[in-house]
Amino acid sequence: MRYMLSAYSREGQVREPVNEEQARESYARLGVVEREMAQAGAWVFSGRLHESDTATVVRYAGGEVLTTDGPFAETKDHLGGFYVVEAADLDAALGWAARVTECIGVPVEVRPFAAFADEPQA
Amino acid sequence: MNRKPDVDEAAVGRIFRAESGRSVSALIGWFGDIDVAEDAVQEAFAVAVRKWPQDGLPPNPGGWITTTARKRAIDRLRREARGRQLLGEAALLAAPDDPVEEDVDTVPDDRLRLMFTCCHPALSLEARVALTLRLLGGLSTAQVADAFLVSEPTMAQRLVRAKRKIKAARIPYRTPGPAELPDRLHAVLGVLYLLYNAGLAGRGQVDLCGEAIRLARVLAGLMPDEPEAAGLLALVLLVESRRAARTGPDGSFVPLGDQDRRRWDVALIDEGHEIVRACLRRDRPGPYQVQAAINAVHADAPTAEQTDWPQVLALYDHLLALAPTPVVALNRAVAVAEVHGPAAALALVDELDLPDYYAYHATRADLLRRLSRPEEAAAAYARAAAAAPTDAERIFLEQGGRGAR
Repeated sequence: MRYMLSAYSREGQVREPVNEEQARESYARLGVVEREMAQAGAWVFSGRLHESDTATVVRYAGGEVLTTDGPFAETKDHLGGFYVVEAADLDAALGWAARVTECIGVPVEVRPFAAFADEPQA
Repeated sequence: MNRKPDVDEAAVGRIFRAESGRSVSALIGWFGDIDVAEDAVQEAFAVAVRKWPQDGLPPNPGGWITTTARKRAIDRLRREARGRQLLGEAALLAAPDDPVEEDVDTVPDDRLRLMFTCCHPALSLEARVALTLRLLGGLSTAQVADAFLVSEPTMAQRLVRAKRKIKAARIPYRTPGPAELPDRLHAVLGVLYLLYNAGLAGRGQVDLCGEAIRLARVLAGLMPDEPEAAGLLALVLLVESRRAARTGPDGSFVPLGDQDRRRWDVALIDEGHEIVRACLRRDRPGPYQVQAAINAVHADAPTAEQTDWPQVLALYDHLLALAPTPVVALNRAVAVAEVHGPAAALALVDELDLPDYYAYHATRADLLRRLSRPEEAAAAYARAAAAAPTDAERIFLEQGGRGAR
């Protein structure tokens, strides 16, 4: 089973840790979790995103493609980063999510993939 | 043929309700699919309604249901393409077992696994309650809907959604390991206690109190090493012992202090006491055990005046340390009033922030009345009545709490 672990951060909200040393420490702890994910064969892919104000939306409407500035969702909570993990069941995925949220201090949403392709389909 | 005309449809229904949780859980273990299990047990019920009144009860009705449902499930799965795939892979839920032999004596008791799946924290509380009643309690969707005052289609949709999430997110079908167990057991106990309290509020036609007690018994039996499971069972038994006495002849609400103690159920009290004593010997206290102990102290008092309030207060101190919630603090204040007087209790109550909780206003009202502050008491009674969970309690509070006496 594959799961998407999405870390959401609130726009403009300064979260703990506040100083650089704490930030370094939390990244170091996250690094440990990620290495454990890899060793357990759970890590598939992960990434961290720039702030949501760097986002651009394209949409197909009335026969043409419109490009607009800004994030798609009109909320204050935006995807800040994500992990794609392989886990036996939801409890195992929730276990990884718990480790991640402990390090980064923002909520992590866990969602199962309906299907997952490792390569583009021919 | 041993014809037994006493097995009517109602009797079949009762037996089925008692046995279906076990059959459903065994079938989920074999087929890895809740819907397949549910439908097959439902089909077995239809067969039983037809056959049992004619042929008499089978020697082992539970085993008969499981065996019949299993055959029906296999027949049906063989007919359907999806089913053939399911039988081949035998897996939609995590860790399904291999289908076992015909021998019904070896049917595993999987109800514990099913309880943990139904009460998984990834499901909403209302979904947990509905799934537990439907799959473990064997209630029909209509009965579950009735118990929670929602329409049948709404409840059906809630159940479908919950089952879809279990399948799609692969909520496991297993008893959690030692690391997760305390939290997860707490979730199961919370659902059963919620069911019991919903029953006390008297909604719908189904005896939710009886259902909660039945499931609490099953849980305590399946987890003999978990004192909190025993604690919950003792708690609901002791509260249940007073259920009849909570209602007066005219249907009015009767509070604990005013109850006719001859109407308390001695057998339930004895059973509850026995469990509380066993918990004390084990000495691994938790919130449910302490609440059961508090109820045991009340059950011990031949009259309200003879209640050992210092003991009740000591237990509430313990409970507040284990579960520091405003509701526990409110209940503790009631004991404080008996030991140290209403003024001391009111000071504690006024520090709590429970503006929407009827018992908060009811407790304040009672304390104000005892402190001879009638205008404030009347205002508090009015607020309590407005938020009361049942009509009987609302009328009781509208009459100034003890007005009916």
